[in-house]
Amino acid sequence: MPEVIGSDTIAKRAGESLALSRAGGDLLVLAHIYTATLVLGIGALFGMLQGFSRANLIVMPPSFDYYRMLTAHGVLMALVFTTFFITGLFTYAVYRSIPRDRSPRLGWIGYCVMLIGTVMAAVAILDGSASVLYTFYAPLKASPLFYFGATFLVLGTWVVAADLFLNVAWFKRAVPGARIPLPAFMATCTMIMWIIATLGVVAEMGLLIPWSLGWTNGIDVGLTRMFFWYFGHPLVYFWIMGAYMIWYAVVPTTYKGTIFSDALTRLAFVMLLLLSTPVGLHHQFLDPGIGAGWKWLHTMTTYGVVVPSFMTAFVLFASFELAARKAGVRGFPNIVRWLPWKDPVFAGPALGMILFIFGGFGGIVNSSYSMDVLVHNTMWIVGHFHITVGGPVALTFIGAAYGLIPALTGRKLFAPKLALVQVYTWFGGMAIMSTAMHWAGLLGSPRRTADVSYFGAQGAATWHTEMLWAAFGGAIVALSVLMFIIVATGTYVANQRSEETPQFEFAPARTGDDATSTPPALDRLGHWGLLAIALAVLAYAGPVAQQIQAHAYLAPGMRTW
Amino acid sequence: MHVHRQERFWLAAGLAMLVLFAAVITTSAVVDGFVPPSRIQSIDPTKVAQTPPFDHPGLRKIADGAYEAYYVARVFSFSPAEIRVPAGSRVTFYVTSTDVEHGFSIPETGVNTMVTPGWVSSVSHTFKQRGTFLLVCNEYCGAGHHLMAAKVTVE
Ligand code: HEM
Ligand SMILES: [Cu+2]
Ligand SMILES: [Cu+2]
Repeated sequence: MPEVIGSDTIAKRAGESLALSRAGGDLLVLAHIYTATLVLGIGALFGMLQGFSRANLIVMPPSFDYYRMLTAHGVLMALVFTTFFITGLFTYAVYRSIPRDRSPRLGWIGYCVMLIGTVMAAVAILDGSASVLYTFYAPLKASPLFYFGATFLVLGTWVVAADLFLNVAWFKRAVPGARIPLPAFMATCTMIMWIIATLGVVAEMGLLIPWSLGWTNGIDVGLTRMFFWYFGHPLVYFWIMGAYMIWYAVVPTTYKGTIFSDALTRLAFVMLLLLSTPVGLHHQFLDPGIGAGWKWLHTMTTYGVVVPSFMTAFVLFASFELAARKAGVRGFPNIVRWLPWKDPVFAGPALGMILFIFGGFGGIVNSSYSMDVLVHNTMWIVGHFHITVGGPVALTFIGAAYGLIPALTGRKLFAPKLALVQVYTWFGGMAIMSTAMHWAGLLGSPRRTADVSYFGAQGAATWHTEMLWAAFGGAIVALSVLMFIIVATGTYVANQRSEETPQFEFAPARTGDDATSTPPALDRLGHWGLLAIALAVLAYAGPVAQQIQAHAYLAPGMRTW
Repeated sequence: MHVHRQERFWLAAGLAMLVLFAAVITTSAVVDGFVPPSRIQSIDPTKVAQTPPFDHPGLRKIADGAYEAYYVARVFSFSPAEIRVPAGSRVTFYVTSTDVEHGFSIPETGVNTMVTPGWVSSVSHTFKQRGTFLLVCNEYCGAGHHLMAAKVTVE
């Protein structure tokens, strides 16, 4: 039975010094976190203005119109902010849990490629040549710069993944017979899923780039859409697995707890890997040209996520309870009160968990095949992803940043009270904004629209009140983002040193007789990856063939903005 | 691998939920025919104006209380811009696009489908209530996307 060992043992067995191995990579992770912070700031400003536009409080000028801004908001938030944060977090997780004397060079190359890609795409969006939204559905045709930028962003993450995989491979050679340390396992499992998923966008780019350059005349609209959503759903699990790493392994450190079970944690990640690929058609329930049978199949596989979600809820709450009992606290209200709500590293992720419970219920509606008809492309969906990725995931990352930034810079957190106010205002603002959006959606308000008054049409009149509430909630969140930026940059600039170096650690897993032992099979990530690919092929071969067969039409590119 | 008793109970609850959802959705699909619009019929978007019945978009009465409505979606309008049907009519909509991706949605009725160039989408609905319904494009299609709307009047 392979053993789970701590980082000092790893360093000792590999003949390394722990102190030496810790120095490398801190700046790299910091670069990821600060890039994500900056992107979040810009995205939040746009988000706030979108809320105001939809509530008819402002009208965007033609030189920077609503859809250009919405493209920027979607791309920056969904694709750039999350990706930079997660790859940074994973780099930290692997570097810390696998101590060795290393050069972070490959990591830096990955970061730079990601950054170059982001800048290219941003330039294309800001100059108005790529108002195609973050889903870039063909035959809307953006300038090649946009597609190249997005491709580089993805390729950069592959380089980061290669760096992480090489570290894990080194570990397996240097410390034979030991388990992959849990944080490294989570990061590796997620990056395997990410690579399988992004193969879809890279394939799509293989069609889009030559077409946007004018080398090919037409594009298969249905096929590119299918490629996009093959990637689009695992993208969601990518965000969630990043947040889960913090929920499972970092949050317990704030109350001196443990991870409830090493085995169940690994199992949850493996299940998410397997369930990420055969589900994407639930984003295309209302598409013509895709048989209802395939849509049904993807509904069933989507429901599968109930299992790892329930497991996660159990493991998280069990960790709370065990630590509380150890401290002599019993009973639900007492445990809730006992938890460190005044520590932003706890409060951010914990408030995120609360929002996520509501997000989960909404998700059941969306994925339910026939119910989706009522909410598809309405503001309900926008409400849904702000209460899943915009609320829980982003708030979890922000909470983690309050621990990471001090640990990486060796400085005290600047204005910790402001940090605390920040997480609670984010929670409140997102709750208001997202509730209003859900409600507007039930009343039928469409999403992705600069204006919802429809020339004063009767049916549209009811939406205005909700849009005012959404604008109000959105403004609170934007203010909250401003607070985060002040704390994040303030920590660096104010340069306050504390006696003991701040730490950002991963909690150990519980040991003892009723702790579950981990089956070694869970660590065979290569095999699980192959199985995930096989599932993707099973779920997609039919629909893709259907697209290609029935559909001889290739669309010329159009610029309708 | 040893799994905690309480956790086994909790997971069983999760699994039961999963089975319940799956059963409800599957039965409603098989028994009541609640499936999302999934028509598989291709069309050449460049020849929509020559392809019957889309060469004459509009409403056709096929029986008492049963209608078919043929729509062409293009940036940034629907043709026909308005249809009128008596209350209680069942209308089957057929929609196709001549240019980019559009949406076809009549809020609060459950009429909602994507409109993809190259394909014909179809969805049916029985209009019981009188009034003027707004029909909107609910997929981003360009600068005038929020202006793309039509009317369905139920008399
Ligand atoms: C300051 C906080 C935020 C505000 C006020 C805000 C506001 C909005 C609004 C009003 C829309 C809908 C626009 C429309 O459909 O017409 C939107 C879309 C969106 N938001 Fe946010 N948002 C915020 C933060 C976030 C965060 C943190 C994320 C993710 C990490 C996010 C991700 C998205 C995405 C993916 C879209 C969809 C874009 C599209 O439909 O193409 N937002 N946001
Ligand atoms: Cu999805
Ligand atoms: Cu439109």
